[in-house]
Amino acid sequence: MLHIYCPHCDEHREEEEFRPKGEAHIARPTEPEKTSDEDWGNYLFFRKNPRGLHHEQWFHAAGCRKFFNVTRDTVTYEILETYKVGQQPAVTAESRKRQASDQGAAK
Amino acid sequence: MSQRNRLGAGGRIDRKRPLRFTFNGVSYQGYAGDTLASALMANGVDVLNRSFKYARPRGLVTAGADEPNAIVQLGASEAGQVPNVRATQQALYEGLVAKSTNGWPNVDRDLMGVIGKLGGQFMPPGFYYKTFMSPASAWPKYEQYIRKAAGLGRSPIENDPDIYDHMNHHCDVLVVGAGPAGLAAALAAGRSGARVIVCDEQEEMGGSLLDSREQIDGKPATEWVAAVLAELAALPDVLVLPRTTANGYHDHNFVTLHQRRTEHLADVAPAADGRRQVRARMHKVRAGRVVLATGTHERPLVYARNDVPGNLVAGAVSTYIRRFGVIPGQRLVLSTSNDHAYRAALDWHDAGREVVAIVDARERPDGDLVAAARSRNIRIITGSAVIEALGKKRVSAAIVGAIDIDGFSVKGSTQELACDTIASSGGYSPVVHLAAHTGRRPVWREDILGFVSGGVPGQIPAGGVAGRWSLADALGDGFESGARAAAEAGLSTRSFTPPTVAPVREGKPVALYQVPHTKPTMRAPKQFVDQQNDVTAAGIELATREGFESIEHVKRYTGLGFGTDQGKLGNINGMAIAARVTGQTIPDTGTTVFRPNYTPITFGAIAGRHCDEFFDPRRYTALQGWHVERGAKFEEVGQWMRPWYFPQGKESMHDAVQRECSAVRERVGILDASTLGKIEIQGKDAREFLNRLYTNAWTKLEPGKCRYGLMCKDDGMVMDDGVTACLAENHFHMTTTTGGAAGVLDWMELWHQTEWPELEVYFNSTTDHWAAMTITGPNARKLLAELTDIDMSNEAFAYMDCREAKVAGVPARIFRISFTGELSFEVNVQANYAMHVWKALFEQGDKHGLTPYGTETMHVLRAEKGFIIIGQETDGSVTPEDLGMQWCVGYKKPYSWIGRRALSRPDTKRSDRKQLVGLKPLDPQLVLQEGAQIVLEKEIRIPMPMVGHVTSSYFSPTLGHGFALALLKGGSQRIGQTVFLPMADGKVHAAEVVSPVFYDPQGARQHV
Ligand SMILES: [Zn+2]
Repeated sequence: MLHIYCPHCDEHREEEEFRPKGEAHIARPTEPEKTSDEDWGNYLFFRKNPRGLHHEQWFHAAGCRKFFNVTRDTVTYEILETYKVGQQPAVTAESRKRQASDQGAAK
Repeated sequence: MSQRNRLGAGGRIDRKRPLRFTFNGVSYQGYAGDTLASALMANGVDVLNRSFKYARPRGLVTAGADEPNAIVQLGASEAGQVPNVRATQQALYEGLVAKSTNGWPNVDRDLMGVIGKLGGQFMPPGFYYKTFMSPASAWPKYEQYIRKAAGLGRSPIENDPDIYDHMNHHCDVLVVGAGPAGLAAALAAGRSGARVIVCDEQEEMGGSLLDSREQIDGKPATEWVAAVLAELAALPDVLVLPRTTANGYHDHNFVTLHQRRTEHLADVAPAADGRRQVRARMHKVRAGRVVLATGTHERPLVYARNDVPGNLVAGAVSTYIRRFGVIPGQRLVLSTSNDHAYRAALDWHDAGREVVAIVDARERPDGDLVAAARSRNIRIITGSAVIEALGKKRVSAAIVGAIDIDGFSVKGSTQELACDTIASSGGYSPVVHLAAHTGRRPVWREDILGFVSGGVPGQIPAGGVAGRWSLADALGDGFESGARAAAEAGLSTRSFTPPTVAPVREGKPVALYQVPHTKPTMRAPKQFVDQQNDVTAAGIELATREGFESIEHVKRYTGLGFGTDQGKLGNINGMAIAARVTGQTIPDTGTTVFRPNYTPITFGAIAGRHCDEFFDPRRYTALQGWHVERGAKFEEVGQWMRPWYFPQGKESMHDAVQRECSAVRERVGILDASTLGKIEIQGKDAREFLNRLYTNAWTKLEPGKCRYGLMCKDDGMVMDDGVTACLAENHFHMTTTTGGAAGVLDWMELWHQTEWPELEVYFNSTTDHWAAMTITGPNARKLLAELTDIDMSNEAFAYMDCREAKVAGVPARIFRISFTGELSFEVNVQANYAMHVWKALFEQGDKHGLTPYGTETMHVLRAEKGFIIIGQETDGSVTPEDLGMQWCVGYKKPYSWIGRRALSRPDTKRSDRKQLVGLKPLDPQLVLQEGAQIVLEKEIRIPMPMVGHVTSSYFSPTLGHGFALALLKGGSQRIGQTVFLPMADGKVHAAEVVSPVFYDPQGARQHV
């Protein structure tokens, strides 16, 4: 059972207070009627299923009732950060790659 | 029978407290402090079970959680039955009753034994798959027979009289295991002031120290254990949990501890101080750090007929002798790959019985324990191993031969040593299960010939589980780990001087798993790897030859490790054999996954208090008491209990529903509609929010007016519906379906918080605050007018109006909406006034024919009108257009509301989508089955296209015939056609496709 830090409550709470809501940062096309069937289909149905870092949306349903985002490793289940809706993640696949190559260069 | 294997002295048992117990119907005596296993051993009971597949007689192999054979059915009473109890972990108590779980008709004369003997040739791995494959229809029969033969224990058929509970904890340091490393860690962490929980699965804490030959600070190790436990008990923030198994290790250091509080006392929890005791408790612990001090399991050697009773792992022999004062037999042969196992021979010798020989696989053993054996003149046969055991229901001799480990062969001739007990040791496997539950694969360490933890964040393995096996190392590691754990949890720690332990020099062990035999593995007598599942070395070899090379495939094909012991004893040996046969290393072969639970736990402990009325919360409306008094039958709708119908006298459900329907259509009925979801919406953008949320338009809805609304998901599929009333320009009262209330509120929050945070709007659930009563029927107005203070005329209070008024003297919101097609008013009052208003209505109601009705009548009446129910006519794949509800879709609304774009996708535009229609069975008395499939032809052939299904079906007293709603492909184009509904019994019903509105299609009755 995950131990999740709610960025609104400012503390760790048990997973049973939360509900997972799938991939984060799925933007609804701003002009749906001008969006192609294919793009609308992608928005509706297509989600990433990464092995490794995943940015996902959670809902503090039995707590503050706020939605927020979590960066979680889908292999280890480690939670690397949580952040509010509207903010961008600090830990990404790219940032990890950069970090790895910086370390490689330092050696 | 006397306790013939009981030693005259020694052990941690109380010889002054004899206890009676029964095993397989025979009465025996043991002592307080015994386990069921040690008591059975004391009484010379050799055969405890029959094996799973071959029905071979089996006896004790170990003294702990790793026991594969001594699995018993426990319980003196039917309600107290517990299956899959390891006799090695069950404390003896007065009156204990246990039975073998395998063996039919009994363990001594087993019918399956006959097949088991044939099994040598005829039951290879995959036997059941291969033999009972076909015909498929015969499976239930096969299964019944196989299950009876296998006898895996059974659950009680009476209700469990015991109570269980759960407890949540947070701690800085959780220590799992209270052997030398665990006790040292708990002490170091506890002294720092950390909040510590230390648990151990055994009856007594101390682990290996309870049967150790070694001394700590110059005193017996058990004295150190007692001193540590006393100190821990005195520390205020240390919780000591004996008889408690860490059964599951979950993410982020969440560990569940299964504490057995009374199972050492009786099969049903005895009362204490006149109160019922909690039998088992599940502690749910979120730990800052976990010190894993779970120690090791000794690996037996795999040799021929190593399953005959009298074959034990070496350490168990020491445990039985030193801890329980009981000895497995008279004459011992020990077969070992390492020094540590010599303890068994020394303990056996010191107990005054004969050690026939120590057979050591190494050429030149030379450690301190070896010297101790030599000084006792015990015969040591080097470079050799026991290659086969003789005897049927008890070992009678050991066949010993010189072996070439690298060449996997027996060198020269063999000799037969008469004995009744063979102890073996192939080394020690760290108990890494809890380090693997969260998915981390263990890592092989060649230096210790075992797997260790692959590293779990926040977890510190200490002592034996970390490969630190000497007592001095385990204690030192324990102190260090406990201090480190506390420091990492933020506490300042002092350093301690670990107690002194005289070093014991041990020689290097040799890697030996399967012992070679004079015959090749496939032809040698069975060499058991996993005794609980009857997996042999030959079976593993065969599996690899048949192409199952990954250990995960070998496991599934042979059953290796699939018993209730999860292969604690056999997995490493099995991997080693697979590796040998495929020419790989053990780590190349791969490790298997360990999953919770570490040992089986009861459903009671899992359920805790969450049973009966606490299984799921039940919600009742404010009028529940009245309904009960009136004799209502209830149905569960989500968590709500709703009146289903109100039978009068011995009236059947059918008759009651017919009567209630007629009352509404002809006079007036009343429904408790309090369970409808209610959401208060306020803010200057409330109206705009509704425009985006609902499919239809809300811009022009004036205060004092109601509107029905449909909600879709963004894929265009209907998700909920309900009536929303405009109370003021910025203030709305929304209703949702009973089951959808919480989900709709979450949905609104989601869109507001993530897509439209710029809208100023606020939501609040008011479901429980308002009680709602639907008063419906031709007399509804006359009745309500007697109790309200407002003009109830059609002119002043029109259809789809809402009014604030007083009803029976209390403030109310009245909505003139209709879900029955009749003149209807929905009266909402504060929930705590509901009973007063309800009773006031009934005081005036008699003369108008007021009749209470339940959900069943509500369903019939709404279906007659073709009104949908979410979840009945919809299933997440139905659009508003599929329901014929284009009138409720605001195609011209400027904002592309949720679901709109999807309605123009090619798939939602298909003309052959399933559409809502009515069905009128040709037989007017027939009520079609809900869920029945629809086909277009009367002649049934398989397969044939299924074009739809019945969603709702009832008998209508108003119409005088059965009728149904259905979703039918291209349904709107099929009005007037006849369709067919084939039933499971072979009958085929015919029905005419009609409009879904069966009653008052113009809607005249609700407008009067
Ligand atoms: Zn929160």
